[in-house]
Amino acid sequence: MQILINGRPHEVAEQATVTDALTVLGAPSAGVAVAVDDELVPRTDWARYRLAADARVEVLTAVQGG
Amino acid sequence: MTESVVDEPLVVGGRKIASRLIMGTGGAANLAVLERALVASGTALTTVAMRRVDAAAGTGVLDLLRRLGIETLPNTAGCRTAAEAVLTARLAREALGTDLVKLEVIADERTLLPDPIELLDAAEQLVRDGFTVLPYTNDDPVLARKLEQAGCAAVMPLGSPIGTGLGIRNPHNIEMIVAAAGVPVVLDAGIGTASEAALAMELGCDAVLLATAVTRAGDPERMAHAMRLAVEAGRAARLAGRIPRRYWAQASSPAVD
Repeated sequence: MQILINGRPHEVAEQATVTDALTVLGAPSAGVAVAVDDELVPRTDWARYRLAADARVEVLTAVQGG
Repeated sequence: MTESVVDEPLVVGGRKIASRLIMGTGGAANLAVLERALVASGTALTTVAMRRVDAAAGTGVLDLLRRLGIETLPNTAGCRTAAEAVLTARLAREALGTDLVKLEVIADERTLLPDPIELLDAAEQLVRDGFTVLPYTNDDPVLARKLEQAGCAAVMPLGSPIGTGLGIRNPHNIEMIVAAAGVPVVLDAGIGTASEAALAMELGCDAVLLATAVTRAGDPERMAHAMRLAVEAGRAARLAGRIPRRYWAQASSPAVD
């Protein structure tokens, strides 16, 4: 199925989790946070949170700013 | 300073902040320049923004702040609605493990002025959710009061729009905010040079937050040092109590016999 990770389409397996999406992105797991469809998904739920087709996954971290 | 000159530390939301100069990290040419500027500023609290992970870019700024022992203050820069700002704050808390948030809800890109309606809405939601909220606000005494009533831990009025370096355009409004506030007042945005940071403190602000004035200065490290001195000088002058302004001269030497 297709999902959006940080605005870009990616093919992932059915029943893919947030943890799988992070692996696809190659993101570090420390210092990041994840929202799916505009809702925060706490780190403790990443491994069991199953993504639906067309899920919008946002993976954010801190950058220079302000 | 001599030992007889004492001052209270800045306290925001129950935590002591060891410097009254809060820094931003935006605009620095690279991390090495930023590091020298942060060290020269003496800051203890510094903002970061939340953006999409770029696997190639890494997490350099966080590592830098940790290494320097500087507390991070995530912001909600770029958010235009209360809903966006609340989600960004929650992501920042999750990613960084801090309940501090510099709340920014911007009305438009041209002025980067806060949207007061969305700002107050977001502040109320985040306070209910347990955040220590530091809102970037207009230099409006009424809005500052409402933000404090909503439970914000500080109010952070602008001196002038972000990045303009126009200084403090309405010092009287800043004085009115200070006079009424029961929480720390942090002058946030618009500072261009050291005298303006000193003025903010002389007007009674508890701290100054700035970034561009340092990071885009010709010599960021030297300007950071200047800002540190200015904030300390302005604070000392405020505590000392300035003389009243007079219309006519008043001799400072004894009259001639």
